[in-house]
Amino acid sequence: MVRTIEHRDAIRSSLAVVFAVSAYGLSFGALAVTAGLTVWQTSVMSLLMFSGGSQFAVIGIIASGGASAGVAAIASGALLGARNGLYSMRMAPIIGGTWRRKLLAAQITIDESTAVAIAQPTLHAQRVGFWWTGTGIYIGWNITTLAGALLGDALGDVRQYGLDAAAAAAFLGLLWPRLKELQPVVVAIAAAVVAALLTPALPPGLPVLAAAAVAVVVGLTNWLGKRKARPVVAEDLP
Amino acid sequence: MSIWTIVLLSSVAVLMLKLAGYLVPASVLERPTPARVSGLLTVALLAALVAVQTIGAGQQVSIDARLPAVAVAAGLFALRVPFVVVIIAAAGTAALIRALT
Repeated sequence: MVRTIEHRDAIRSSLAVVFAVSAYGLSFGALAVTAGLTVWQTSVMSLLMFSGGSQFAVIGIIASGGASAGVAAIASGALLGARNGLYSMRMAPIIGGTWRRKLLAAQITIDESTAVAIAQPTLHAQRVGFWWTGTGIYIGWNITTLAGALLGDALGDVRQYGLDAAAAAAFLGLLWPRLKELQPVVVAIAAAVVAALLTPALPPGLPVLAAAAVAVVVGLTNWLGKRKARPVVAEDLP
Repeated sequence: MSIWTIVLLSSVAVLMLKLAGYLVPASVLERPTPARVSGLLTVALLAALVAVQTIGAGQQVSIDARLPAVAVAAGLFALRVPFVVVIIAAAGTAALIRALT
């Protein structure tokens, strides 16, 4: 295969993203066992679900509400995963090919693989960027998840190490790169206030879902938004 | 509902959403509203999770070492410090406050 400059550049940006993102898996693994999952359950989640935001959301709600908050945990995970569906739509014409290739592509269609792909200048480089980033993070994320889970399991009383505060900080880290315009900042503050105010009133998990209503209302009315829609993924790279 | 049920159902749901995007016609993407709602949904859910993980304790509100730890994390994210370093700093802040009080 002839390796063009674009090809090499695509691989280089993929690897940079792979190393940066795989490290999150360590915190996910440790926090998941802290939330009450077994090492097995934690690893199955990273293998099957493979979407950081959704995975953190599910274990976050299990941490506060236990297994009885299951419905809210599943709903929050799925709502956070909805954006992956938009990325898939964006990637479908780039991936092309047979349904089997699309099936494989679907599993690794996440924020990072889509962002690296669409940043490349040629179709070939876009494909290279997508597969290298997606596959690389899939491998790295699953290895670090297992390592984090084993580490979390060995630590015992996690509050002593501040791991509960680390969970909140992890969500803040996923949120941070998305706060570049007025509209998302206002939605974030309103959602946090709604969730905090409803915490004493509703069973664990439901305040988070109620806060999602803020996004739906602002999104449908485009309150404080710009007239023209921005491209779907451009700013989603952490 | 068992933890296994939650893990499997939520995983399948997220996987189905990824697959669905490869099956629907691309014209849906041309419309700005679904893209905007989905982007804001992500922001709202993450912000709500920050709030609940910082001050929630089951169905109670509790102000403790987590709040200063998250404030430290916010400052470090603003300074563009890498994710993992911030997480460790936040955990360290909470651990230190708990050890001293």
